[in-house]
Amino acid sequence: MSISLDTGVRFSLEIDGVATTAPAGATILDVCRAVGVDTPTLCYLETLTPVNVCRVCVVELEGARTLVPACSRVVEDGMKIRTDSERVRASRRMVLEFLASSVDVSLADDMQRQMKRYGAKPERFGAEARTVRQPVKVDNELYVRDYSKCILCYKCVEACGSDAQNTFAIATAGRGFDAHISTEFNVGLPDSACVYCGNCIGVCPTGALMFVSEHEMREAGTWDEARQTKTDTICGYCGVGCTLTVHAQDNEIVKVSSPADHDVTHGHLCIKGRFGWKFVGVKKRRSDG
Amino acid sequence: MDLHHLTDEPTAEERAAVDALLGPYLENGVSGREARSQRHLLLPALHAVADRVGWVSRGALGYICRRLTVPPADAFGVVSFYDLLSTEPLPPLTVRICDDVACMAAGCDALIGDVEKRFGPEGASNSGAAWLRSPCLGLCEQAPAALLTSAGVKPRVAALAPAALASIEAALANSAEAALGNSAGIDVDEPCSLPQAGEPQLRLLRRIGRGDPLDLDAYRGAGGYGALSRAFDLGPDGVIREILASKLIGRGGAAFPTGRKWEAVAREPEHPHYVVCNADESEPGTFKDRVLMEEDPFAVIEAMTIAAFAVGSEQGYIYIRGEYGRARERIVAAIAAARAAGLLGADVMKRGLRFDIEVRRGAGAYICGEETALFNSIEGFRGEPRNKPPFPVRKGLFGKPTVVNNVETLVNVLDIVTNGGATYAAIGTPDAAGTKLFCVSGHVAQPGLYEVTFGTTLRALLDRAGGVRGGAALQAVLVGGAAGAFVLPDELDAPLTFAGMREVKAALGSGVVIVFDQSVDLAAIVRRIARFFRHESCGQCVPCRIGTVRQEESLDRLALAHGAGVDDEMRLLHEIGQVMRDASICGLGQTASSAVESALAKLPVFGAGRSA
Ligand SMILES: Cc1cc2nc3c(=O)[nH]c(=O)nc-3n(C[C@H](O)[C@H](O)[C@H](O)COP(=O)(O)O)c2cc1C
Ligand code: SF4
Ligand code: SF4
Ligand code: SF4
Ligand code: FES
Ligand code: FES
Repeated sequence: MSISLDTGVRFSLEIDGVATTAPAGATILDVCRAVGVDTPTLCYLETLTPVNVCRVCVVELEGARTLVPACSRVVEDGMKIRTDSERVRASRRMVLEFLASSVDVSLADDMQRQMKRYGAKPERFGAEARTVRQPVKVDNELYVRDYSKCILCYKCVEACGSDAQNTFAIATAGRGFDAHISTEFNVGLPDSACVYCGNCIGVCPTGALMFVSEHEMREAGTWDEARQTKTDTICGYCGVGCTLTVHAQDNEIVKVSSPADHDVTHGHLCIKGRFGWKFVGVKKRRSDG
Repeated sequence: MDLHHLTDEPTAEERAAVDALLGPYLENGVSGREARSQRHLLLPALHAVADRVGWVSRGALGYICRRLTVPPADAFGVVSFYDLLSTEPLPPLTVRICDDVACMAAGCDALIGDVEKRFGPEGASNSGAAWLRSPCLGLCEQAPAALLTSAGVKPRVAALAPAALASIEAALANSAEAALGNSAGIDVDEPCSLPQAGEPQLRLLRRIGRGDPLDLDAYRGAGGYGALSRAFDLGPDGVIREILASKLIGRGGAAFPTGRKWEAVAREPEHPHYVVCNADESEPGTFKDRVLMEEDPFAVIEAMTIAAFAVGSEQGYIYIRGEYGRARERIVAAIAAARAAGLLGADVMKRGLRFDIEVRRGAGAYICGEETALFNSIEGFRGEPRNKPPFPVRKGLFGKPTVVNNVETLVNVLDIVTNGGATYAAIGTPDAAGTKLFCVSGHVAQPGLYEVTFGTTLRALLDRAGGVRGGAALQAVLVGGAAGAFVLPDELDAPLTFAGMREVKAALGSGVVIVFDQSVDLAAIVRRIARFFRHESCGQCVPCRIGTVRQEESLDRLALAHGAGVDDEMRLLHEIGQVMRDASICGLGQTASSAVESALAKLPVFGAGRSA
């Protein structure tokens, strides 16, 4: 979460040779964004505590032995930062290559864009490169977990834990390359603490967590975002007033999200807002067909 | 917090093991808030169960989670992080056989082959016993090494070194008695680790080998607790002044000035302050801290007490790697003895200092030696390093200002306080004051722990260890462990200092010196090192989690490559290494390519010789 402790103090710093200022408490990423430097991020989200694990946002800080993560490094007066050096480009490129060589990132749009930008060639690690490929977990009627697409950005864990949902149904288990998102003893979601708020789906950047509706339509080849509409509405289940963004294709609701910048939800919902339409839809489809 | 819990029930044994640690369970007797602050008991509770039954079942984990108000998914994430804890059934008796670098030089591959033939594959239960492979067990001077763990009412962790097929067979076959705590038939050798024992010039090792290490009176009779007494006279500022004047540099690998660390914590207004002794010692080839704890435990405790006095701390922790059974037993016994003698507790030496030490036990994870991962491990979380800054002196254990020092660093403090910092600074060289412990293993005549003055050459150290065993020709020396580098026969005159090692593109690290004669396949050693890092990566950050895998894969391909393929792999390895160094969160990823890069640059099996 970017904290702007605006005490009025502003630090002077330099980004790619251009002088700028930033308030105390800002991160390097905040400054990059303020001055329009396109900085890739994968594990960072405004609404979550930075975990700084993906390392795709690294920048070169004069005087530092290693590169530093822009998303979590707080600015100090006099910092000289390079975001476009060959050293930075090489690190960002290879981080993207590491991920794309081991994970199915075909649905991670922003990552695809950054891979093009940095000229990433994940195939350079060979056809035998180890991957996280595994069967999709389909254990409930609402959403699927396809961990072949998981880049381990920790966002779902944070959204399920103290940053939003406070349910703690999932956590990172295992170690090293075998580290993965899991429930206790890998039990299915119906046996876990999960309350199907879908907040993890909302923050997942790679499509690893997906509505069953979307998963089935993609499998059937009928998912087509070009034909979809998005309509904002207020959830009618209770008095909180969450904004729902209803995604529909051919007049059928296919999923529900909530804007991350909404000051009530911060993108987070509960089962009723997120999945309540499902029951309407299910009935409708049944009577239709 | 309204937690959803596993519905499986613990067995009576599992429940008893947890209750013995946490006290009887009063349903709803503990409020959520109180229980939450007990999260730091998660790892001890997991150990309690594994000690009793050998592994952690659903019922046991569920019970622990209910008692400590920890979400089960979180707790599962913690158990599954550690090598010594299993969430799959494991027989009560296991023998872990080291297959790491020093043991490779001692022929562990053949030994493991024999064990496999006799007992079947790794992990298979064989009437209540199983064998497993292990990274370095910290017994390298007695290679090949194995470690026996037996669960039960009287759990044991015992070294089996040097291990032979016969002793491993006896251990595995004696499972029933061993599990009951009867060690008959199990061969546990006394260490023979100190070739210099009794030599007059020794400082750090001077007390070792002179009688019962747990005899507090003997320790005090030989001057023990004189340093603490002198510290009280100097006052906290005076102690820090002496440490600064001594130019003492940390011996845990990161080479940070100790005085500056203590000064920073002493000045932090936020309290409490903590003192943590890092005894996780898991760098392949390192065993110095084990010997210090086993043979001179009061020295470690006295030094921690001095640190506490200097920085204003009332609570210390010593985090000992899980594989070190004897070291833990002795430290626990020494703490109890010190407490009984008023040397720990509410009024230490009646000089108004309140300080006590809690022993924490690792569970098989090299990364937990990284200071911030160690804090997370004590606090009951996965041993994932934290991003720095903030540094431990500001936000360390439980988010509070913390001094964390290596065992050997702390033992140096005693002489500094007793004789003054200036006297200490005069020993060694200007850039490296004092003496240094070296863990010498591999193909030398007398492997063991050696203390030499900084500035001694590597050649002199090897000569003191009797040279290459059997007078064979030296191929290379691995200095600094898995995170270290190779030093060649024509570089032996480099002085053992931080700068001297830099000259030959190596680093002292934790003082590892593994000697390889011509019989060793160094390419296999390098691949073993790559496997070590791949296995020990915490998995948190991309450059290390995936980089260590790609590095290992590339080395495997390199072994089979020809012509231009060799150049391509070497280029790829350099690129992978650069990114791991530049973009990883912690020192593990940042050094995971050190030995590989060193091998590529220096060793004929890789170097330009191959691609030409
Ligand atoms: C992967 C990794 C493992 C480490 N293992 C140890 C260890 O086992 N013991 C140790 O004292 N320091 C270890 N360190 C260094 C610690 O982070 C820390 O610097 C040290 O404990 C500080 O003590 P010192 O200043 O007395 O050396 C390790 C560092 C890394 C990155
Ligand atoms: S749906 Fe909600 S409760 Fe279930 S795992 Fe995702 S964030 Fe946690
Ligand atoms: S499932 Fe999605 S949100 Fe969760 S760690 Fe994987 S990629 Fe990130
Ligand atoms: S460098 Fe490796 S061990 Fe360190 S935090 Fe990253 S993944 Fe974990
Ligand atoms: S976005 Fe900064 S480390 Fe992931
Ligand atoms: S005990 Fe085997 S390498 Fe250290």
